[in-house]
Amino acid sequence: MGQISLQGVRKSFGPVNIIRGADLDIEDGSFVVFVGPSGCGKTTLLRLIAGLEDVSGGKILIDGKNVVDVPPAKRGLSMVFQSYALYPHMSVRGNIAFGLKMAGLPRAEIDRKVEAAAATLNLTPYLERKPRELSGGQRQRVAIGRAIVREPKAFLFDEPLSNLDAALRVQMRLEVTRLQKQLATTAVYVTHDQVEAMTMADKIVVLNAGNIEQYGSPLELYERPANVFVAGFIGSPKMNFISGDVARQYNAATIGVRPEHLRIDRDGQGWPGTVTVAEHLGSDTFLYVDAGKIGTLTVRYVGELDLAAGDPVSLSPDPARVHRFTEDGTSIRA
Amino acid sequence: MARMVTIRRVVVSTAAAWLFGFLIFFPILWMILTSFKTELDAFATPPSFLFFHWTTENYATVQERSDYIHHAINSILIAGLSTLIAMLIAVPAAWSMAFAPTKRTKDILLWMLSTKMMPPVGVLVPIYLIYRDFGLLDSRAGLIFILCLGNLPIVVWMLFTYFKEIPKDILEAARMDGATIGRELIYVLTPMAIPGLASTMLLNFILAWNEAFWTLNLSTLEAAPLTVFIASYSSPEGLFWAKLSAASTLAIAPVLVLGWFSQRQLVRGLTFGAVK
Repeated sequence: MGQISLQGVRKSFGPVNIIRGADLDIEDGSFVVFVGPSGCGKTTLLRLIAGLEDVSGGKILIDGKNVVDVPPAKRGLSMVFQSYALYPHMSVRGNIAFGLKMAGLPRAEIDRKVEAAAATLNLTPYLERKPRELSGGQRQRVAIGRAIVREPKAFLFDEPLSNLDAALRVQMRLEVTRLQKQLATTAVYVTHDQVEAMTMADKIVVLNAGNIEQYGSPLELYERPANVFVAGFIGSPKMNFISGDVARQYNAATIGVRPEHLRIDRDGQGWPGTVTVAEHLGSDTFLYVDAGKIGTLTVRYVGELDLAAGDPVSLSPDPARVHRFTEDGTSIRA
Repeated sequence: MARMVTIRRVVVSTAAAWLFGFLIFFPILWMILTSFKTELDAFATPPSFLFFHWTTENYATVQERSDYIHHAINSILIAGLSTLIAMLIAVPAAWSMAFAPTKRTKDILLWMLSTKMMPPVGVLVPIYLIYRDFGLLDSRAGLIFILCLGNLPIVVWMLFTYFKEIPKDILEAARMDGATIGRELIYVLTPMAIPGLASTMLLNFILAWNEAFWTLNLSTLEAAPLTVFIASYSSPEGLFWAKLSAASTLAIAPVLVLGWFSQRQLVRGLTFGAVK
């Protein structure tokens, strides 16, 4: 079991409030991603769950038991750090076995578990090597091995892929997701990369300035963002925001249209504009259109579109996909 | 053309490095050479560099006139024990300042260093009087005590910078893995800190070995280390350059050998944090 729930969790460093009161229920076996811009408090929130920081207020329940006064080792969680944090003087075997050794397991059982974990992660040939003799991806796998071998109630990941190059990151993203599904262990994963969040999560927590802005499944966040911040943060390329007269026609202070929900015509009805940059990716075409008073809009067209800078176009939003926001940025639901 | 310039530059910089190294080493070389001269040759003007009457009689005389072994044992005991005690005090101090710093940690570090800013002679009279009243003059315990205290700030500073370099993440990982503070120290921190501990010990040992101010002023014979042994050859009756050099050569020989064998550690220790 690995059910984690936060009730009014607050954290401040001196006069600075990092977490302003977080309420959250993480179901057993789910993969939850904390996402937000840097400095939003996502890592702090993870460290509070881990017990590496003390809460300033509120409760953290793991399987129904308040653990705010329980030291990190006794919470039954394991953590994968951004820097891997491997023990440099120990072999891969020593690194993975360390937690079990601390728990006082018999030697034979430790060996069996370490070898099983190593096999799962394709680390068997490297068991006797030192971390400095491994590549970045292998080190990352050792860090994950160290986490899974203890069969924790939940895994905590603190931006574990941010030190890897792009190709490896995509591969490890897949491996981590597959491993988590296979083990069916609760995972809390921190990242600033919304693509990682969208692809890996069962549920996403969007954090901003110490507040939880929205908690929901990736598609919920994409389709029904609670406010301007979530709308702008989730989705790539970013949602277009338009205010002024155009927004007023929709009875809103601001409207948001995703680049993929803007229809583009060479001539016709809609907002007139001029293409300033056209990016041809083959599978997609991204256009940056100067639409006069409305501003610059990003358009995503699936497939190849034969347009170049300087071409006049007109844009019209998919009416069912226009997001409306009030003056203070909250969503207006129809 | 570019290649020509590169080769010339390599030759020039190599020659310059050797020249500079030689200049730095020259006093020691001169001391060793002088120790093999007769007293007359040692005084000669102009001095002869290599073509003099080589003799080992200075070493024989020095050994005859004073007990080298006695002083060497004192040096080993004083430098060794003062280093050991300083380490015992400094490791927990540096540990707590590096891993559990408070608002005042920086001030404490500076305050410790400030004790090294005053010339020792400024406190010679009070220390001498205290030592006299406590019967610590010319005692090994007294010298160990003063050298230990004298070097403690440097030891704490060095260890602090070492511990600071150990990523906090690794200690937190150990904590997540269920290690208690004691086990974290034994299994994780100490193995990672061994190079730092070793070079700090080595440097402190050399500092204590060469320390001359307190050893000369607070000891005469019983507890006198090798520094006093050297100084005894500059007497009111005149300087005996050759014998003085022989005594000095004997005195620095042990640390020279120690330093030679551990130069890699020492260089790493002295440049730690600067180059990474």
